[in-house]
Order: sequence, then C-alpha cells, then structure tokens
Amino acid sequence: MIKVLKAGFYATIQDRGRVGFASIGVPVSGAMDMYSAEIANSLLNNDLDDAVLEITFGGTMLQFLNDTFIAISGANFNPVLNQENLKQNKRIKVRKGDILSFGNFNLGVRSYLAVKGGFQTTKVLKSRSQFKNITKDFRIKKDELLTIKSYSEDLKSTNAFVKVNSNHFTSTSILCFEGPEFYLLSEEQKQLLFNTVFSISSDNNRMGYRLKETIKNNFFSILTSAVLPGTVQLTPSGKLIVLMRDCQVTGGYPRILQLSEPAISILAQKKTNSELTFRLMHYTDIG
Amino acid sequence: MLKTELKLDKNITYKPYGNNAILIEWNPIISEEILNDVLQFKYKIEHQKEFKYCDLIVGYNSLTIQLHQPFTDFDAEKNTLKSIYSSSIKVAQNEHFIWEIPVCYDVEFGIDIQEVASKKGLTIDEVIDLHSEKTYTVFFIGFLPGFLYLGGLNEQLFIDRKPNPRLKVSQGAVAIGGQQTGVYPVDSPGGWNIIGKTPIPFFNVNARKSCFAKSGDYIKFKPISLEEYIEIKKKVKQNNFQISKTLKQ
Repeated sequence: MIKVLKAGFYATIQDRGRVGFASIGVPVSGAMDMYSAEIANSLLNNDLDDAVLEITFGGTMLQFLNDTFIAISGANFNPVLNQENLKQNKRIKVRKGDILSFGNFNLGVRSYLAVKGGFQTTKVLKSRSQFKNITKDFRIKKDELLTIKSYSEDLKSTNAFVKVNSNHFTSTSILCFEGPEFYLLSEEQKQLLFNTVFSISSDNNRMGYRLKETIKNNFFSILTSAVLPGTVQLTPSGKLIVLMRDCQVTGGYPRILQLSEPAISILAQKKTNSELTFRLMHYTDIG
Repeated sequence: MLKTELKLDKNITYKPYGNNAILIEWNPIISEEILNDVLQFKYKIEHQKEFKYCDLIVGYNSLTIQLHQPFTDFDAEKNTLKSIYSSSIKVAQNEHFIWEIPVCYDVEFGIDIQEVASKKGLTIDEVIDLHSEKTYTVFFIGFLPGFLYLGGLNEQLFIDRKPNPRLKVSQGAVAIGGQQTGVYPVDSPGGWNIIGKTPIPFFNVNARKSCFAKSGDYIKFKPISLEEYIEIKKKVKQNNFQISKTLKQ
C-alpha cells in the first residue's frame, strides 16, 4: 500500500487508457505523456500498460507501507526519498515507512511514478485511468490508500538507468499530419498555420490545450464525427484547440491537423505560455 | 436494396486520420439510410479477423477506425477495408430496440419549457406533444459518456442554444439545442434549453451495460407526472425498474 500524505496540485492514476468504449461515448484517457510513463514502467520491467501515478506540477507526498521498487520519469519536481534527493529515470528500492515527496515545478509539467507491478487500483471498463463519472474519484485524495504489490528481493539489473532525450522537454516543434478537414483551408490559412508561433493559453488540461493565436476562419463546421487525442480543431472564433487524452469521442469543429503520437507526449510537458510551431509530416513519408 | 448499396458505395471515401486511424466518410447528410450503411460496415469489420483494429467510432456520416499500430501503407489498408465493405460476410442480425423513456415535463424540471413555448408560439402542452409523439433515431453516442445523438426532432421545436451556457445541468435533464434533442447523462455544463427530466440513468458504469442504448436504436419519450417521476426514481434506486422496450421490426 501507499498512503497519500499530500495529494498535490493534481495527481491521477493512469495506464494506457480505456480503449474500446467509444461506442458508449467514453474517452480513452491514459497517461498524457505516454513516452515518459513507458520509460518509468520499463525501468521496472513492468508491462507498458501497468498503471502509474501522473503528478501534475508536483506537491505530492506519499508514504510506502511495504517494500517495493519505484522509478520516476517525465517532469522533474526534485523528488526526495526521506531526506535524500532522488535521481530520475533510475530504478530505486524503497522500504516500508519511506516517505517520497515531490517538490515544485522545475522541468516539465507531468511526472510519472511507477511502482513494481503497477498500481493495483480498481479497473473500471478495463482501465485504471481516473476519469470523472467513470472511476470513483477523478484524482487521488489525501489519506487515500493506493494498493501496490510488495517486493523485497532484488530485481535483475537490466535497464537500470535510461538517458532521456532532453528534446522531449525543450522541443517546440510539434510534428503532425494533415487532419481530415485540412483540405478545406485556404492557402493563406495554411501559411498562417505553419508560420505562426503559437502559445498555450491558461485553458489547458487533460482534455485539451487551447492556443492563444487566431487563424482567420470562414466558419465552416462539420457533421459531428470522431475526434482523437492529438486532433487540432479550428473553432468558429479562429482559435485552435489541441485535444488531449481525456477528450470527447466526437466533435463538430473541423479537424485540421492530427499530432503524431510522440508530439502528444511532448505537448503534455508544456505549460501556459509555452510556444510551439506545427510541422507537417506527409503520409507518404511514413513507412 | 442492392441498388441502394451501389449508389452509396460510390460516395464512400477513405482518408488517413493521423497514422493511427482511418476515417471513412459517406455523403454529408443526416439520414437513416446512411446510418444503416455505416452500421452494416461496422458490423462487418467486427465480424472478421483479418483487419486488426482497437476501436470503431460512429458519426452521422462517418466511421473512424482506430488502429493498434501506425499503418505504413495506407492504400493496402484501404483496399482491405474496401473488400470487407463489399464482402457478403454474414453478420448476425443486430437487434434494434425502441426504448420508452419516461419524462416529467413539469415546470419544476422543465425550467425552460415556458420560454421555449412562448418563443415558438406554442402552449406548454403543445411542446410536450410535439416532443413526445416522435420516435427518435439514436445515431451515435458522444460528447459525454452515454450522451445519445438523436435524430428526428420536429422542426417546430428547433430553437437556438442559450447564449450563456449553464455551469451545471443536472443528470437526466431533457433538452433541445438547435435542431437536436437529448438527455444529459451526467451533471455537466450545458447550453441547451431544458424542457424536462427523466428518472432513467443513461450512463452507469456499475450496470452490466453502462449505456442501454446503441447506434441504430430508437427512443420514444413518454410524458409522466411529478408523482410518477418520484415513484420511478425510487425504483431505479432500488435497482427495480426495467425500461420498457420493443423490438424494431
């Protein structure tokens, strides 16, 4: 078990999401920065679908009630185990009674804590990802007990440390494909789309990131159709919304771009006022 | 029947939607004929083994296929899908139901019904009749878990969304927005005009089926009194209420 001493700003249990329930309108969810969550899991030889704790902006404090191994990846909130500063992207042994605390913002937005064997919270619709009206709570709470497995023996020391590409946090270039309604854009709109440095508004969360800059829009809309994490919608006001992991399954705004999977993870580490540019990949370039 | 299919086939387009999904689109029209073709294609994909996918999302005139792995050769995927579409895979007859949903249109719940009536030059009773006499088609579920996109609203009830959305519309609220009507499955912000409330939950993760309805089903609203609302609500709480349904022929 892990006892939550401080929940922090916003922390949720996430796995790879609730796949296969779009027909009843249930969002996919899952770790915002899937790349970092997978690193944390693989350091412990976990399944890549094992549930991790996604800690947004730090402030979380946890106490381990049994021995286990952990790994932290993603944003760096200067994690401390008891009094000792911890290295990220490394497997760490923790003992019963140890206290792990995450400080404040340093690099990135979302940090991932994996425990050996994964968090064992209740699965709802085949996933442990927390989401309002699906799981009992939509985030972890103070004094809550999170079930984990107990491990005391040493693990085989493969994959003990990984070097994370720092581009993951610094890159401002967001790789994407043409979305289904890209063809409706005028040449001028396309120019603007790829030559504008966009910045993230304060309206950014697990559902989506609204961007500040505007692209002149001729107010077309589409018959409601599927939207996906990573879809860039052009709203009637000319503002862009980049949909993230908790997005709805359908929408009615034109889908002008679709982020590549790595780009969704990169964007998940950006915060209000961060800048980005869209860079188009062509379908013929892949493979 | 065969003729119709051929006619529709010509207008089906296949597009990559990122490298992890494929979007199939029909003519941009809201019609049951197109919905049926979308659903037939969906059932065929569900009943074959060759083409691997992780989810299928139905829209008014679209079917989006999410893949487990990014595709490398879009044309190959497209050709496989085309052959599935034109194949005569035997699909088990999918049963479609007409669900009878009790709605209390009392002004206590239908907080905008008076406003809707006066804007449309109708009496409250006329609004109730126009809303409850139709059988609505469930096109698909989206926006929120358990939110049904219903087709078939009488155009005498078409009314703009409220200029300022409410921060909280309560679960079960029956509402009209633009040319659509719907039921809020959970408490949520919303800009539609609220004309009543149903005691029936449209989404419940703890139920055997989280949402009773599916694409291609039908909904019929049945006006009930405040007393009946309270009675049904009690039964729902005790897990003792069966929604009345009939098989659509």
